[in-house]
Amino acid sequence: MDFLNAIILLLNYIFIPALTYGSQLALGAIFVTLIYGILRFANFATGDMMSFGTMMAILFTWYFQSLGISLGVLPTALLAIPFAVICMIFYMLFIDKFVFKYYRFNKSPPVMLAMVSIGVMFVTQAVVRIIIGPDDRRFFDGERFIIKAGEFKDMTGLNEGLALKSSQVMTILITVVLVSLLFWFLNKTKTGKSMKAYSDNEDLALLSGIDPKRIVMITWVIAGILATIGGVLYGLDKSFKPFTYFNNMLPIFAAAIVGGIGNPFGAFLGGYVIAFSEIFLTYAYKKFFMYVLPASMEPESLIQLLSTDYKFAVSFSILVIVLLYRPSGIFKGKVL
Amino acid sequence: MAYFEGENMTGGYGNGPDIINSCSVKVERGEIVSILGPNGAGKSTAMKAMLGLLNLKSGSVKIDGKDITMMSPQDRVKEGISFVPQTKNVFAGMTVEENLEMGAFLVLDNYKSIIDEIYSLFPILKEKRNQLVGELSGGQRQQVALGRALMIRPSVLMLDEPTAGVSPIVMDELFDHIVKVKRTNVAILMVEQNAKQALNISDRGYVLVTGENRYSGTGQELLNDPRVRSSFLGG
Repeated sequence: MDFLNAIILLLNYIFIPALTYGSQLALGAIFVTLIYGILRFANFATGDMMSFGTMMAILFTWYFQSLGISLGVLPTALLAIPFAVICMIFYMLFIDKFVFKYYRFNKSPPVMLAMVSIGVMFVTQAVVRIIIGPDDRRFFDGERFIIKAGEFKDMTGLNEGLALKSSQVMTILITVVLVSLLFWFLNKTKTGKSMKAYSDNEDLALLSGIDPKRIVMITWVIAGILATIGGVLYGLDKSFKPFTYFNNMLPIFAAAIVGGIGNPFGAFLGGYVIAFSEIFLTYAYKKFFMYVLPASMEPESLIQLLSTDYKFAVSFSILVIVLLYRPSGIFKGKVL
Repeated sequence: MAYFEGENMTGGYGNGPDIINSCSVKVERGEIVSILGPNGAGKSTAMKAMLGLLNLKSGSVKIDGKDITMMSPQDRVKEGISFVPQTKNVFAGMTVEENLEMGAFLVLDNYKSIIDEIYSLFPILKEKRNQLVGELSGGQRQQVALGRALMIRPSVLMLDEPTAGVSPIVMDELFDHIVKVKRTNVAILMVEQNAKQALNISDRGYVLVTGENRYSGTGQELLNDPRVRSSFLGG
């Protein structure tokens, strides 16, 4: 029995990847929840808006690389993020002005807006494919690892290596900073509170003199920041493929609903709930049991509950279970 | 000429039929005026017309001599007209203090002193300042709603059935609060179902029937008027 190796194994294959993936989902889920809370519709274009933002970041990365600008050990994409965010915000405001605004003005029911967002999804998808194509692209440059598995083994003398990718550390750090800033903004500033008020009771917000146009604009600005950064972090950690981003919409929606849709803190935690469940259920525990069980009881199969191909089934099941038994989400309480 | 007045207002919602017909309502500062009448008489509609929530076909609305007939409700808030709707009149997911802050959204300078004034008017709110409004009792919620509306230091306060759905004891307490607000030189216009109690604290009242002024007079006059008594006050 060798518990230390077993723990390192779990850290390396479950804990760190799930924390990273969860952060990426959390950013998307807060985006979904914010749009739902304030503009009152389920935005099916979430995944593709994230892929649009990432595409812009890749284009800027290529441009900076062609100019010979780089951040040394850090990926050039970090430098491209602010420019990509600006493009993303402009794209969102453009779509809002020419598509969503009309339905908001006519007070269309939320399901109609959701259908409209599916149209936006298809258009965005097409725009991304026309500009950058459907291929898988890696745009990570700079130092890939902070600790390599081999180095870790040499350092500690353990059998199991703990690899720490710089994209993982970046994802977690940036998410923590971004989410803290967002919660500070929503809970402490006058504008943030007026967004909460607008989400809580639109008519009374109008009677209090809160300007709905400004609220909608700020919502899209925040959404643009979240979508771009969430998308770029996912792309740096894995790779950028428009279809994958579209697929990620399922775990992102699941995360937002698990957290209680309209509740950003719930969405944030929901991201981790979904990520950990997916990875826990699709990890093959054979090696883990080889460490913790005596040699005579060594498992023969892979001890994998679900094949990784079924990872979307996990988020889908969580989504269905939550909607059946706890439709208001597992973190009830304050909205927005 | 009264401080806040709607003169010969005629109109309805959207393109629908007229709900109020040349209806006139006047309020002075430091005065409570009640609009009474049977169901469907257009009481709330008359009030909403003065707030700008429906387009008038004819007639005018004036505050302090200034014609505001064409102004949007948001702009009327800036003129010092505050409104407490009958339902959904608080931000249920926010704390008491945040509700008051939102009421002061248009107040650019320091509103902390106004919050203190509201707390001295409604002491219970100070005690519950950090509690979510959704967790308060009906009477306390109405106080939050009044407090939110008072944050802009309005010159006109309009209340749509402030005592709907609260117990008789809480109703008396709320009316006491409304009288306190009136003493701060605010013009108060309210629509009420509890006609007797409302007339008791009102300086004047209007009785509307099918969108028209039927009777008007001081609170006591209306209370003693046999026609009003028999039709609306239950004998």
